Parts: sequence; C-alpha cells; structure tokens
Amino acid sequence: MLTQLKNAIVCFVILTVLTGVAYPLIVTAVAQVAFKHQASGSLLEDGKGSSLIGQNFDDPRYFWGRLSGAGYNAAASSGTNFAMTNPALIDAARARIDALKQADPTNAAPIPVDLVTASGSGLDPHISLAAARYQLPRVARARGLADSDVERLVAQHTERRLLGVLGEERVNVVLLNRTLDLR
Amino acid sequence: MDTQDWLLLLVYVGVLVALVKPLGAYMARVYEGRSKWLGFIERPIYRLLGIRTEAEQSWKQYAIACLLFNLVGLLFVYVIQRTQAWLPLNPQSMANVSPDSAFNTAVSFASNTNWQGYGGESTMSHLTQMLALGVQNFVSAATGMAVLVALTRGIARRSSATIGHFYVDLVRSTLYILLPLSIVLAIFLVSQGVVQTFTPYATVDLIQPSGENTTQNIAIGPAASQVAIKQLGTNGGGFFNVNSAHPLENPTPLSNFVQLLAILLIPAALCYTYGRLVNDTRQGWAILCAMLAIFIPMTIACAMLEAQPNPHLAELNITGGNMEGKEARFGTTASALWAVATTAASNGSVNSMHDSFSPLGGLIPMWLMQLGEVVFGGVGSGLYGMLIFVILAVFIAGLMVGRTPEYLGKKIEAHEMKLASLVILIPCAAVLIGTAVACVFPATAFDTIGFVDGAPAARISNPGPHGFSQILYWASSTGNNNGSAFAGLSANNPFYNLTGGLLMLIARYWILLPVLALAGSLASKKTVPPSERRLDPGTLPTHTPLFVTILIGVVLLVGALTFVPALALGPIAEQLMVSAK
Repeated sequence: MLTQLKNAIVCFVILTVLTGVAYPLIVTAVAQVAFKHQASGSLLEDGKGSSLIGQNFDDPRYFWGRLSGAGYNAAASSGTNFAMTNPALIDAARARIDALKQADPTNAAPIPVDLVTASGSGLDPHISLAAARYQLPRVARARGLADSDVERLVAQHTERRLLGVLGEERVNVVLLNRTLDLR
Repeated sequence: MDTQDWLLLLVYVGVLVALVKPLGAYMARVYEGRSKWLGFIERPIYRLLGIRTEAEQSWKQYAIACLLFNLVGLLFVYVIQRTQAWLPLNPQSMANVSPDSAFNTAVSFASNTNWQGYGGESTMSHLTQMLALGVQNFVSAATGMAVLVALTRGIARRSSATIGHFYVDLVRSTLYILLPLSIVLAIFLVSQGVVQTFTPYATVDLIQPSGENTTQNIAIGPAASQVAIKQLGTNGGGFFNVNSAHPLENPTPLSNFVQLLAILLIPAALCYTYGRLVNDTRQGWAILCAMLAIFIPMTIACAMLEAQPNPHLAELNITGGNMEGKEARFGTTASALWAVATTAASNGSVNSMHDSFSPLGGLIPMWLMQLGEVVFGGVGSGLYGMLIFVILAVFIAGLMVGRTPEYLGKKIEAHEMKLASLVILIPCAAVLIGTAVACVFPATAFDTIGFVDGAPAARISNPGPHGFSQILYWASSTGNNNGSAFAGLSANNPFYNLTGGLLMLIARYWILLPVLALAGSLASKKTVPPSERRLDPGTLPTHTPLFVTILIGVVLLVGALTFVPALALGPIAEQLMVSAK
C-alpha cells in the first residue's frame, strides 16, 4: 500500500510538471512569438479597447450592441440566464425597444432579435448585419453623414460566413464605432 | 433552418467521422505499446516509478492505483486553491477560495466533471488555473481512457488474472494522445484570438465613456492551453466564467468549429480503438453508429427549436430565433450543435447559455446527460458506460431468445449483470435523489455551521417550472459528470457545493469501480471458441443493424422510463406554458 501511495505521488508530480508547467510554458512561448497580438487580447493599438470585447453604447451617434448580463464588465463575464418564460427577459427587451424608438421615432421596421436580447458572454462585440442596417439611418442622421457613407463603413466591418458555412454574417460594433469616430 | 445550417451539421458529422479511423488506429497502437516516438520521455517515467513497460496488475491493484492517484490529485487541487493568495503567479491578487467551493472544484476537476461553481476570471489565480485545474484536465481524461482500455482488455483476453497496468495506461494516454493534440490545438486557438499570457489584466479606454466610467478592465491569462485540453479531454472547465461563449476563449466561427470537433474527437475515435483492441473493428463501428443515431436527430431537433422565435418577443415586432444567451458570431444553429455535442459527450463547456434555451431546446441537453453520458460521453468513460449498455442489451436479447447471453465469446452471467446494473442505476438514483433533496431541503437546517443560507430551492433565478428545471439540470450535470449548467442557479454556496461534490464523486468512482471489477471478471473467463459460436444459431451477433437498434432502444428506454416524470414537471410543463401563449 505504501509503495502504491509513493507511486501515486511520484506519477502525479511527473505529470504535473509535464502538463501543468512544461505544456503551458511551451504554448505561451510559441504564442507570444508567433501571435503576440492575439495572445495578448487583440488590443487595439490606440488603446480604445479590444477588437474582440464588446463595449456599452447608448448614444444615438453610435451603433448599439447586444444587451449585456455583465454590464460589459470584461473582468466578470456573464449571461443573464433568463428563461424564455421569465418576465425579466420581456422587461429588458421592452426597455431596449423603448430606447431604440426614442432615439429614432420614425423607424417602424421590425427589430432584429439580437438588438433586444443579451449575449451569452455579456461581452459580444458583434451584432447581425440586419441589426446594423436597422440602426443605420439613425447613426447617419445623428452624425450628419449620408446613409451611403455609413453603409460603406458597415460593409467594411461586416464579417462574412467562412467558406459560406461557418458563422453568421455579423458586424463588429466596436471596430465600426471606432472608425466612425475617426472620420 | 437555412441551407447553411444543414450544411454546418453535415460538414461537422462528416469531418468527425473521417477522423475516427486515423486517430482511433493511432490510439490502438499507443495502447498496444507499438507507438514509441515519445519513448525518450516515457521510459524515464517508468524508471522513476520502478515499473517495467510490460508490467501488469489485477483489477484490484489497478483500481487501488487509480483511486490513490485521483485522491492525490484531488487533495492537491484543494490545497492550491486554499493557498493561492500566498503563491506566485497571482497578478490580480485573488483571495484563497472558500473551503466548500474549493472542495467542489477539486472533486469537479478530478472527476472529469468540471462543474464551475466559481467564475474563473474573478476567482482563480493563473497558477491555480494551470497547475491545479489544467493538470486535472489532462489526468482525469487519461484516467477515463485508462479504465476503458482496462475493460477492453478484460473483454479481449481469456483466462487472464490481469488487465494491464494503470500507470502505463495513464502515462501513454497523457503523453502520446492528449499532450500532442493539445499543443497543436492550443496554438491554433491563439492564432484565432484566444489569449495566452501571464501579464495582469489589461485596462483600455472606452470608445463611448459614460460619466465616471471611462475605462474597461479586460481579463486575460493563459487561456488557450487550458481551453485546448478542456475540449479534447471532455473536461469543459473554462478559463472564463462564461466558458466558450467568451470572445477571448472562442473568438471566431472557425475556433468554434474546431473546438466543437475537439469535443467529440477522442470519444468517437475511441470506438475504433476499441474495435482494434478486441480484434473486430465492426464492433467499434456498430457502437459509433448507435451513438450517431441518437446524436444526429437530437442535434437537428435542438437546432430547429432554437431557430424558432420566442413568442413573447415575436408579439413585440421582433424578428429572429431565440438569441437570448447566444453570441452573434455563432447564431442559433452552431449554439444548438454545441449544446448537444457538449452534453452528448460529458464535456460541459458551453458557447451559449443553456438556461436561456427554449424549454424543449433545453430539455435535449438535459436528457442527453440523463442517458448516463454514454452517447460519446467522456473520453473513455463514455465508451465504458456504453459497453455496460451493450452488455445489458445482450442480456435482454438473450432473454428474448432463451439463451445464455454472450458478448464477444464471453458468457454474461449473474455477477456481470449485477455490476452492470449498478453502473446504470447509480447515476439515475443520484440525479433524482439529488434533485428531490435540493427541492425540499429546509431553509434552517444546520444553521449554526452555515450549511444552508435560506432554502436551496430559493437559489433558482427563473420563475415557474423553469426554476425546477434549473435544479434538475444541476443534479443531472453533476450526477453524470457533465459540468454544464443552467447557470442562473446560484450554486456557489455550501449546500450546492457539498451535495454537488458528493454527486460528482458518486457518478465517477462508484461507476469506475464496478467497471474495473467487470473487467477483472471478464478477463478471467474462458472464451467460447469462434467455431462453436458460429454453429450456435442462438447467439446474437453484436455488429449488425439489428443489434445497434436494440442497443439504441435500451439506452433510450432506460433514460425515458427514469426521467420522463421529472422532465414533465420542468421543461415539458414550461413548453406548454409557452405554447399556450
């Protein structure tokens, strides 16, 4: 029994060194050399956030992103975990609908669902292309730009399906809004 | 569902099946000791352990080695969590984890469950993540694979007193299979945007500052190395709180697809390995077919359900499927596919919040766990669970035709059936009793030791039947070593941490032991010679479509008979409420 216990400890120590020290260090070394930007969080060079982490937008001059169960706190990701039957889900959606209507009273188009629901992470940087199109006239008006100019920027920041199969057509709200500010 | 949604499912299953044979054959060579390219690391390990490569153990020695090794690991994870504040690699100054949470997490990672009662980026230091949790991701997976190989030897050998050596199987699983695949996958994931660094969290400026709020603090760390093995080892414990829904844990549709493949890759390929090791690959393919025949319809059903709009939102002039709790880059189909894959396998990582699925869409992942994690299941543990169902199916079929049941020439007798029944009944009982206890546990019990702070049933976050579903999902997940959650349930408190820990221990080790006992008992049996078998028309071949159908029937029947009453109280009742809308 004592030999068995000794073996268990020895084997555990060896495998810990292999998988808990050597492995993460090898991966980190390769990652930091070959993919430094991605490995460090895909931070934007002007310090205005990360291209992968959503931010909160509620000014009519910006495209708005998903609702967030985390309040876009990137150090405490969370979904809302609302069930379909939870009245809180409907209340949150109603509040978003009211805000959208208030910012753009003339828009009577149906609202794409991703604009009134929270993402899984609470940090989703994307919205659907439909959700961007829905907001386009509002943003253009608030910024005094022509619709076609904004349209071009949206197209620039639209990510297509990979090989036509993987992923949804989506717009990166963080990058799009940053570009809008640079104009 | 549109064309590209169907295409995604087709491509996924196609690529998965195409990888089964090459990886399965490689793993068979590893376990036969014919693959030696890492011998320069492997041999010194055996030398330090004082064992020879060809060493063998009886099933009891094998089981003792396995349990002791797991115990050492469990204690280590507990101690690291309880002392992380004083240890290095803690740039965010994380505090020591509370005793009940540390116990829950230690059991969770040692048992390959990876239930996360904690939020990774707000609880664990980098050191805890890599040295405690990351290591368990490897060795708990390797433990499952080792036990499977032991059972396989039990089936393949005759009149043998031994079933292999635990440490040889453990080291080979880790060194030859999990480590190389993880290194490749981790580096690929970094290229997609998964973080891998030891620096403190990053602070950036907001594009639209609001009032006091001008910056965002972004959690980063050595995530990619953790995420790779969490998928390959069917662990599922993520670096971040929201697991693979987090953009820094699963940034692109391609990283999503590759992680999805990694979830089912080894469990599927092990079917072929099994066929090789018992010298009849048809047996492995037959089991894989049974798994796919349950997996594919469930995936299609779940994807269709999630593509439906929430009727409460549809009446507000909102268009689109059920996107609550789902990421825009994945959409409903890739989220549903993940939910089914992660619960078919006992992975438990998530790329969307299962709690926000439609009632029936959420029933599917829940039921897949309740089936005992045998449709793919955990690496190793899924297939040894399925082999128990194979034995049950052989037994039932044997009763039908009035013959002594046989599997691959081994007579299945009373002793084997007792062990098989234990394996099947224990998790069922654990789930249902665990749910019942959480529902009725009094608010004031053990007040003085802070065991319950208010009734456990009051920890639910959604009203109506869905609240019950949250508790049922918790017990199903921990009681079958899955680890995913209806995450609205506040489970990081003494009651859920301790009872959940107990359920995970039962589900892992009370199954592992009868399986090893079965391996020992089968190994000691004589085989009926194939020539006699062929002459005996009463023996049911176990690689035919007929047998696959019986096997599927047995798995689904046990799952339905046991759990439909409970499911009727939760998701089915909730669906009726939604439909009445």
